[in-house]
Parts: sequence; C-alpha cells; structure tokens
Amino acid sequence: MHEIIQYVESYLTSEQTPGAAGNMFWALVYIMLVFGGLSVAVIAMNWLERKILAHMQVRLGPMRVGPHGLLQPIADAIKLLLKEDIMPAEADGLVFWMAPLIVVLAAFTVFVVVPFGPTHAITDMNIGILFMLGVSSLSVLGIVMAGWASNSHYPLIGALRSSAQMVSYEVAMGLAVVSAILMTSLNKDGTGTLSMIGIVQAQLAQHEWFIFKFFPLGLVAFFIFAVAMVAETNRAPFDLAEAESELTAGFHTEYSGFRWSLFFLAEYSAMIAVSSIAVTLWLGGWLRPFPNMLSGSPWDQIFSMFPGVTFLFFAAICFFNTVRMPKHPLFRIQTIGLAGFGVVLALIGLVLFVPDVSVRIQDIFWFSAKVAGFMYLYIWYRGTFPRYRFDQLMQMGWKVLLPMGLGVLILTASVALLQQKIWHP
Amino acid sequence: MAPVATPFFFYLFAAIMLIGGILVITCKNAVHSALALIVILLAQASIYLMLYAPFVAGAQIILYAGGIMVLFLFVIMLVSIERSMKERQFNSQWVVGIVAATALGGLFIAVYLKGKNIFPDHVLPVVESDNTQKVATLLYGQYMFAFEIASLLLLVAIIGAVVMAKKRI
Repeated sequence: MHEIIQYVESYLTSEQTPGAAGNMFWALVYIMLVFGGLSVAVIAMNWLERKILAHMQVRLGPMRVGPHGLLQPIADAIKLLLKEDIMPAEADGLVFWMAPLIVVLAAFTVFVVVPFGPTHAITDMNIGILFMLGVSSLSVLGIVMAGWASNSHYPLIGALRSSAQMVSYEVAMGLAVVSAILMTSLNKDGTGTLSMIGIVQAQLAQHEWFIFKFFPLGLVAFFIFAVAMVAETNRAPFDLAEAESELTAGFHTEYSGFRWSLFFLAEYSAMIAVSSIAVTLWLGGWLRPFPNMLSGSPWDQIFSMFPGVTFLFFAAICFFNTVRMPKHPLFRIQTIGLAGFGVVLALIGLVLFVPDVSVRIQDIFWFSAKVAGFMYLYIWYRGTFPRYRFDQLMQMGWKVLLPMGLGVLILTASVALLQQKIWHP
Repeated sequence: MAPVATPFFFYLFAAIMLIGGILVITCKNAVHSALALIVILLAQASIYLMLYAPFVAGAQIILYAGGIMVLFLFVIMLVSIERSMKERQFNSQWVVGIVAATALGGLFIAVYLKGKNIFPDHVLPVVESDNTQKVATLLYGQYMFAFEIASLLLLVAIIGAVVMAKKRI
C-alpha cells in the first residue's frame, strides 16, 4: 500500500509529462481527463454550432430542451443511442463495422501528444508532430472503408471525393508544417525539434510566436495550414464529401444510430486536433498573449486572472438570461436550472482565482482558449462561405496552396540562413 | 523506465505481420487484401519503433498507411468486386513460385544456421531523443548524393506520369 502511494506521489515532484516520467497511474489519469474533456468539448461544440449558426441566420436555434436549448446535445445523444442500428443487407459486414472504429481511434489517439502545458500532456514524443499528422491521416482509411462497405452509390462517391481531397491537401499542409519546424532550429546549436512541447519551448526561447516570425512568411505558412486543415476535416466550405444537396450525407449515408454518432464524435475531435496543431506550431501553444509588450509581474498577475474572469463572464451571461426568462410558472424549473448553472460556473470561476490553482491552470486555459477561437472560425466559415466545386477545390489545393507552400519553405530557409550567417554570425 | 522492446512484442508484431501476409494473398476480395496489407504496414511501423527508429516509424505510417495505401484502395474500389470474385485465378506459375519460395526459404535457413558471424553481436541503440536529428545529418551530410539521386528518380516518375496522362502539353 505504502509503495503504491509513493509511486503515485513520486510524479508530483517531477517536472515532466507522465509519459516521460514513466508513471502509469498519472498517465491513465491524464488520458481520462483528456478523453472526458474532449467529450465535453464535442457536446459543447454541438450546441454552440447550432446556436451560433442560427444566430448568424437570424433564427433562435434550439430553444425547447432546457433553457436556451442547453440540454439539446444530451437529448440528441440519447436519441442516437436508442435508435435502431441498421446494417444494409448487401454491405460488407466486417469493413462496415470497422470503419467508424478506425475513424474514432485515429481522432482520439492523436491527443496523446497534444501539449496543454509544459507538463500537461499525456506524453511527449520525439516525433510528436509526425505522429499527429500520421495518425490523423489514418482517418482517411476509415472514411474510404465506410464509403465502400456501404455498397451504395452516394457513400462511394463521397468516400472517393473525401480521400482525393484529404490526400491532396495533406501535401500543402505538410509543407506549411515543415516551414514552421524549420523555425525551431534557429537556436545556438542549430538543431530543431519535432516534439510538440519542444516546438512551443522554441517559441518561448525565441520570444516570438512563429506566426509573426519573418513577417509575413510565418503568417503565410499559417494561412496555408488554416485553409488545408478545414479541407482535411471535411468541413464547410470544403465539405464535398458530405455535400447533403448532392450526396445525401456522403460516406456515412448508410450509417445510423450509435455508429453514426461515432463519425460525428470523430469529426469534431479531429477538428479540435488539427486546431491544436495550428495553435502549437504558430500561436505559441500554452504561452499567454503579449509576452513581450506586456511583460513584468503586474501583467503576469493580470493575465493570471483571465481564466477566472472568463468563467465569471459566462456566469454573468447565465444570470442575465435568468432574469430575462419568461415569468410564466411553466418556465420555473428552467429558470432555476439556468440560475443553478450560472452558480456552478461562478463557483468554478472563483476557484480559479486561488493563486495556487491559477498558476497550474493557466497553460491549459490559454491553449484551450486559442483552440476555441479556431472552433468559432469553423462555425463562422460554415455560416458564411458557399461550398466549393470539386475542380475548384483541386485547383486550389494543387495550383495555389502547394506552390505557395513550396515558396514559403524556400524563403523561410533562405532568410533563416541569412540571419544566421550574416546578421548574427 | 523499463524498455518496452521485449521479445514478447517482437513475436506479437511478427505474428500479426505473418497472419496479415497470408490474408493478403488468400483473400478473394481485393479490398480485404489491401486492408490486411495496411495492418502489416502498421505492425512493421511498430517494429521500427522497437528498433529505436521513431522517425522511420512515423514516416512509414504517414507515407504507406496514410498515403499510398489510400491510393491503392482508391483504385481497387473502382473495380467491380462482383465480377472479379467470380473470375478464376488466371495467373498460374507454379514452377517459378516454388523455385522462388525454396530459394528464399533456403536463404533464411542458411542465415539462421550460420548467421552468428554475419551480423554484429550487439549494436548500441541510438538514443531515441535525437534519432530524428541523426537521420537528418546522415541523409543531408554523408549520403547527400544518394538522397538527391533518389529525389531525381521521383521527379522523373512524376514527369513521366504527367506526360502519359496529358494529351497536349
């Protein structure tokens, strides 16, 4: 018993990720936390997407289940679990069964290396970014398998479209990533790194986020990645694989109930995964904004208040809407529920003000906040851009993004060489 | 931390690869064969990991499992499976097959019996943390010429594909 406690406690003093420290217990705890947090994020995204899209189109969105439709995702989940699970008679059983599993596995395994903070990652790999790109590229397999195994025309066309799209945008994405990794090697001994934590630490050491490095080269590379990552996750305006007006629902037309919800889960967690790659590579990962301009201890103090203030702000919105709820007795339970939700948010916010907590939670907060920004962009794109045609999509990928990526890579390498050889010999 | 590269994992992945290999050549459905091939490639990536070569393992997953095999599947799926299932195997080259198999088997047995002196007894594993950097310095330093020749070959292949696919250049 004593040894077990010692084993658990031994990690607390080490300044490492649980994977690097080799501590099984904390690795499991982190895996559970990441998995739980991700599921909650997907549920929240489901509600937010419907709400934000609705408001962009001057509608109200879900309003019936719970106050302002807050319980709608839970109702949806229950509905999906209770639905009949249909497998087409002519489908290829084994492949049909495996496809959603592969997509979900690929989407969740990626989070093993996502750095929420210098020690807040399940593990840190020497090939972190390669691992992320590689495993997320496996999800194409699941999509292709789903489309083929359904033995139906629309899913097959959707799968073909999506695989062609993902394979061609992976090239531009890879080039953009390489130019960011090149920037990590601009230190004294000239060796870069592929590890996700190492990339953020390189940005910390160079006192510059890579998006601003060699302006505008970093910005252009980031732009290429930001376009490619939308195509990579099959989201609007590149959602040709599931274009509902042309292909019903694309590769998952024949899926229903729980299997379909696995595809849904995988799509959203893949969105979060690619956004966290973008945040890690260009937006400084867990680092707080304005580290140079607003440095010093008073600013550190102010920025450490942000997590708490954010939750208090959400709580204030809840209270504001509690007051605005209809006064009819039928709405009493909803009003009490919304007020209770506000109280919970406010309590979380207050706990985050405790200095011991806020120091540890800050990295996670800034990382999640940046990723949340990307999530909002995804919804925004969906609300504003019309869908691309397939030939336009291919033209964009191969004739615009790929040459741009190559150019940025060559320019970044030349500027980096110049900087090391001439300006700082 | 105890090393994970234990014999158990080697035999596990080797068994997966062997079973996958048998499935590749015995499956009637071409898509199933391709999927079995993907399983083999992933198991192979794990063996690279056991050999302390994380970069090669990552490249294997990205290039083979995620890229090339998707294109394979892409082509196979456009073939009508019903017709190809009914068709008899027309490629029967038993003699060549048996000769090649015995030659390879004999080679393996010979290496197993007399191989103790061929291979170095013990190789210091490269430290995992700077494996990628080591690969890079070797590729872009010592083996620069071979590397460039290989990329030139790929370029020739790309140009050839474009020439064959496009009617008017």
